[in-house]
Amino acid sequence: MAMSQIDTPFADASMAAPESAVSVRGVSKNYGAVEALKNMSLEFPKGQLTSLLGPSGCGKTTLLKIIAGLIPADSGTIEVGGKAITGPGDDRAFVFQDFALLPWANVLRNVAFGLELRGVAKSEREAIAETYIANVGLAGFEKAFPHELSGGMRQRVGLARALSVDSQVLLLDEPFSAVDEQTRRKFQEDLLSLVENENKTFIFVTHSIEEAVYVSDQIAILLPRPSRVSEIIRPSSFRNKGVENIRRDPEYLDIVDEIWASLRNYVE
Amino acid sequence: MHRSLLLKLLSAALVFGAWEIAGRIPISYAFPTFLESMTALARMTFDGTLLQAYAETLKPLVLGVAISALIGIGFGLWIGLSARSEWFFSPIFIVMQAAPLAALIPLLVMAYGIGLTSKVFVVCIMAMPVIVLNTASAVRNTPASLKEMGQSFLANNHQILLKIVIPAASPVIFSGLRLGVSAGFIGAILAELKITPTGVGDIISYSRSIADYPSMYAAIFSIILLAVVFLNLLEKLEDFLFEGNNRGYVSD
Amino acid sequence: MQVFGVKLPAMSSLLLWGLLWEIVGQMGLTFFVPPLSQVFATLFEIIGTPPFLKALWETGYAFFMGVFFAIVIGIPVGILMGKSRFLDELLLPWVNIFVSAPLTALVPVLMVLFGFGLTSIIITTTLFAIWIIILNARAGVRQINRSLVDMARSFGASPLDAFTKIYFWAALPEILGGVRIGVIRAVKGVIIGQLLISIVGFGALFELYASNFLMGHFWAVLIILFALAFSISEFLGYLERKVAYYAAKR
Ligand SMILES: Nc1ncnc2c1ncn2[C@@H]1O[C@H](COP(=O)(O)OP(=O)(O)O)[C@@H](O)[C@H]1O
Ligand SMILES: [Mg+2]
Repeated sequence: MAMSQIDTPFADASMAAPESAVSVRGVSKNYGAVEALKNMSLEFPKGQLTSLLGPSGCGKTTLLKIIAGLIPADSGTIEVGGKAITGPGDDRAFVFQDFALLPWANVLRNVAFGLELRGVAKSEREAIAETYIANVGLAGFEKAFPHELSGGMRQRVGLARALSVDSQVLLLDEPFSAVDEQTRRKFQEDLLSLVENENKTFIFVTHSIEEAVYVSDQIAILLPRPSRVSEIIRPSSFRNKGVENIRRDPEYLDIVDEIWASLRNYVE
Repeated sequence: MHRSLLLKLLSAALVFGAWEIAGRIPISYAFPTFLESMTALARMTFDGTLLQAYAETLKPLVLGVAISALIGIGFGLWIGLSARSEWFFSPIFIVMQAAPLAALIPLLVMAYGIGLTSKVFVVCIMAMPVIVLNTASAVRNTPASLKEMGQSFLANNHQILLKIVIPAASPVIFSGLRLGVSAGFIGAILAELKITPTGVGDIISYSRSIADYPSMYAAIFSIILLAVVFLNLLEKLEDFLFEGNNRGYVSD
Repeated sequence: MQVFGVKLPAMSSLLLWGLLWEIVGQMGLTFFVPPLSQVFATLFEIIGTPPFLKALWETGYAFFMGVFFAIVIGIPVGILMGKSRFLDELLLPWVNIFVSAPLTALVPVLMVLFGFGLTSIIITTTLFAIWIIILNARAGVRQINRSLVDMARSFGASPLDAFTKIYFWAALPEILGGVRIGVIRAVKGVIIGQLLISIVGFGALFELYASNFLMGHFWAVLIILFALAFSISEFLGYLERKVAYYAAKR
């Protein structure tokens, strides 16, 4: 195959073997009779963006929340930066699909909220928040309330909040699914430059094939019933050809096609 | 399902058990045990006392609720459909809704005596506001898209009212009626306790005066039970009739 | 409604009703309705008098005590019910019964247990107000957006932080709504208590004026009472609207 693709999952230790920021080892999770995750193992290379891609219900959110420490796994371990996690920690920050903004607080307080909970003094955290508000392009909206912002702007607030706590790992649960298509494309471009400039590890959940291929250094394809990692794909050639060229790169198009070919059997 | 039934039984057993124990201590000479009260309830049920009493009590209640429903829904429709009548009438009902109308009872007694009329009036002033306000807001909040759909299919105003507005509003109107019945019960008992003791009010007052506390508690238990069972049936009926178009309603 | 392109304020029709009242009163159609002007004259006459102030104090005291207990018991119970499934299943049937039960029927029990005095009136007031406060606090906690809670936890919020910075504020619109309805019910409860238990406060004034055929006095006190009840309800409605901007999107 033309693209550098690893057909056997988790066997890539011998290959380029980039250092892992997050390791998922044999994680299982049941909700009553529903097997959401079964003996799942996956490595997330440091400083890269890994997508979790799969049809809805295959356990993407569950895996992400387990990594975040929000729900406990039934078995298995999660290591972040080499240490097993026991709960939420300041090495990870979460970006929510529905933004999870405090509706009674303005943009400034929302962005500073993560720091507020960590006990950072008011003047300091607001200074940090203001930088990130400007970084995500919301300068001038510090005093606005969430209900006065568009969906895209709200997610920028959520992103700024996650960035401002300066965690090593960013967990994003379908962050762009509630924003319109144009905004979404802009977000994807911004995300690429974030990955490049911030030197953080991104774990990105999506159900859009094009989006996953566009933004990812590594794509883990998850399948349901039983839930498993079916393949790991590493797009290699188009990453540094410039954002405007990716969507017509032959490799991009091939990967999109191939993923669809393997997923279509699982779509009712 | 199983668990929730079990917990309901447990919760009932806890409360009635506490009642029984408190009655045995006793925490007050005027606090009979649960079993004593239930015995009195059984006695009054089987010797016909309760039946007779309820025939008396339900008269003003049924009359009052029926009148309130008729006039209330009519007014509500009018208020909901016409901006002018809304401006004119709704403040009256809004004030009535917030105000302690029980204060009017001495006046009603002066005007209409201590008979049935006064009692019906008490039930009406309690039940009417919530019926009017619920109906009006239900009509006003008919989804605009539904009305526009009707217009686009060339329905006339009459058809829009009968085929779209009223069906769309009926769940909320019905919940207004249920709240009205609940308020009507309060009014009916208030009237029997305050104006003249008749029906269940009479059993309560009389057994209190001769210190027959089990009978008094039994009568009170029965009226609350009746109200709760009846209101629950109405709610079931509501779920059954309007299954699938459940919406929120304004409550008082 | 609009007249000549000017929007009339919401409650302005009450002026028209007042005018109607005045006309009916002036025509002397019925003894029960004296002219509104006369009622207002009486109102200003009695408003500073010791009997009126005494009634206001007696009623206000019972009312505030009743509301106080309803709030300090009702809100925590509701929040606990919203958070604990066991408590919820245990208590909810009873709360649902009492929220719609004819509580007037319980007043005679209070009378024989707690006497014909202030205690019984305060308990009546609390009983009228508390159930809806519990139900609304419970609903407020239950509708809290899961991801807000997750968000706070992912940033390492302590339980206290989660409560004061998330739960309380997220449930506040419902809690305030419950308090508003509860307070309206409490006003009704305190008057019903005063009419049934012991003839004190405004209840006593109404009886006194009615039995002495002082219609002007009767309506004057009624207007004051209605105005007070309405102002309280509007004030709480105003507080509720202040948080309404976020109530729809939490
Ligand atoms: N809290 C929960 N209780 C019960 N089942 C759940 C819960 N959360 C998720 N599930 C089930 O677990 C499976 C995986 O869910 P999720 O991780 O949300 O999938 P995805 O994010 O990929 O759509 C689904 O079948 C879902 O119904
Ligand atoms: Mg999901």
